[in-house]
Amino acid sequence: MKLTSIDADRQAAMENLDRKALSIKLRFLRMYFKANAGHIGCSLSCAEILTFIRFAWMKDGDKMVLSKGHAAGALYSVLAEAGDLTEQQIDSFYQDGTLLAAHPPASGISAIPFATGSLGHGLSLSCGLALGSRLKKQNQHIYCVTSDGELNEGSTWEAGLFAAHHQLTNLIWFVDRNGLQGFGRTEDVMGLEPLVDKLTAFGWHVIEADGHAFVSLFQAKTQALEYLKTHSKPVVILCRTIKGRGISFMADTVDCHYLPLKEPQYRQAVAELTGQISISVKASPR
Amino acid sequence: MRAEFAAAMVKLAAQQPDSIFLSGDLGYMALESVQKAMGDRFINAGVAEQNMISVAAGLAAMKFTPWVYSIAPFTTLRPYEQIRNDICMHKLPVKIVGNGGGYGYGIMGGTHHVLQDIGLMRMLPDMQVFVPLFASDVAEAMDAMVASQAPAYLRLNLGLSGIDRPSPFAEWRQLLKGKSAVVISTGPVVGGLLELAQKNYPGAFDVWSVGVFPFHGIPEAALQKIMATRKLVVLEEHGGPGGLGEAIAAELLGHLAVPIQFKTLHANGYPSGRYGSQKWHQEENGLAGKALESTLQEFIHETIPR
Repeated sequence: MKLTSIDADRQAAMENLDRKALSIKLRFLRMYFKANAGHIGCSLSCAEILTFIRFAWMKDGDKMVLSKGHAAGALYSVLAEAGDLTEQQIDSFYQDGTLLAAHPPASGISAIPFATGSLGHGLSLSCGLALGSRLKKQNQHIYCVTSDGELNEGSTWEAGLFAAHHQLTNLIWFVDRNGLQGFGRTEDVMGLEPLVDKLTAFGWHVIEADGHAFVSLFQAKTQALEYLKTHSKPVVILCRTIKGRGISFMADTVDCHYLPLKEPQYRQAVAELTGQISISVKASPR
Repeated sequence: MRAEFAAAMVKLAAQQPDSIFLSGDLGYMALESVQKAMGDRFINAGVAEQNMISVAAGLAAMKFTPWVYSIAPFTTLRPYEQIRNDICMHKLPVKIVGNGGGYGYGIMGGTHHVLQDIGLMRMLPDMQVFVPLFASDVAEAMDAMVASQAPAYLRLNLGLSGIDRPSPFAEWRQLLKGKSAVVISTGPVVGGLLELAQKNYPGAFDVWSVGVFPFHGIPEAALQKIMATRKLVVLEEHGGPGGLGEAIAAELLGHLAVPIQFKTLHANGYPSGRYGSQKWHQEENGLAGKALESTLQEFIHETIPR
């Protein structure tokens, strides 16, 4: 009986997250469409990761750093869903005089700790937050989401060494491993594989997950918390994702990093996303 | 100044529980006392300056006051974007310390010098630059850095020796009174200048030093003297672009009622492609010794066209 009840709770939680994720994706799709702007694919790539962090892991006082600041649409939309941003603020996206530029702002929104956008800063900033929290005995968790392209940046690996050396177990690093970067596939531009081995060699405990499936992200969280009870390595959750996921003409393309949507495309995208809510709990193909 | 810096840090460690120190793997035979006093608030962040600056920004966001230390080029040029984005954009009170700005690392060679640091830091929003002149200025400059709550850069160098400190550390200080020309300077080249001016031209040069950038105007007494003598030299161990000379020139334009003779003496890098002590580089660039002497002599005797 007890197990069944937990399973039912978990199932309900995942369905709730699915509904939130859909609402979040539809919101930023509308934002990008209205703004006639790109960065849709990279927002779709991390939509479930951000949703999961904000609604299934973070507690009061914790901080989330979106190091891949170009997915700001996803971040703003998650914050709107959480009530940290108003719909009026969301409507100002890309408008003159807005706080919500294409990359997150330096001030004015308390749920956004740092302006990001130049890649390779977020993990170091998160290390500072995590170390500061530990020294002040504040027991906060810091969640940092990087892209995989930004693993080209040397500073990301400096931060990787630093976090492992200082045993920053209150820092959880999510890598949005969609395999695409600005002008090509990561493995064609500057190969990252074997990435699990590299992260492990840098002193991290690596947990692999399907970054679009809440069931997988829940498993990763459970594994991480279990591991951290008895170990002192920081945890990185390597999330297998698909850039532009959920929209047939965007999925796994470089184009969806840049191109805005025309009206028929927008309509199709909305239709495709809306039709998907019931299947997204299942593991995605990668 | 390193010893004075370490002593002041030891005091800060006790007085300010929120101070925290990050070193870019520097401090051998110099910062051991700081390491001991700070305890777990002393972090050797390794040879990874970009990360160190961003970590400091993160710590500042957690209400620490971080001090970040390395050789001057490594805390300024190397992590410049981290300073702009992570510290300055968020107005975080991170205190950057650069040891040996200018040619301070002498025979260590060009990679260890920095002739752009004041300019680069001066260009950043909200960043304040502190250049102590005497070793006993260091603690006062650090107090001012803490009080400001703003991002700050401390350019450490050799303190002036054999000269009595005329007044506490300040943005502007008058070091000599003179009737024939004004000299405005900053940093260790002031030492050689004062020696020359006192020995060879007693009563001729009105000498001022600048200790903080951006400075807030030029003192009235200095302005009046510039107007009266109509001769002004700016002397600095820093490149021309972004340096003291440009800052003074920009400030002066709005004040000049009469044309003046204006000369900037600044570092030009490595004219011969060779290396030496800090003093050798200063002399090769005409900032000290015989070259400076002859420039001053010519300058003082030139007539100014009306």
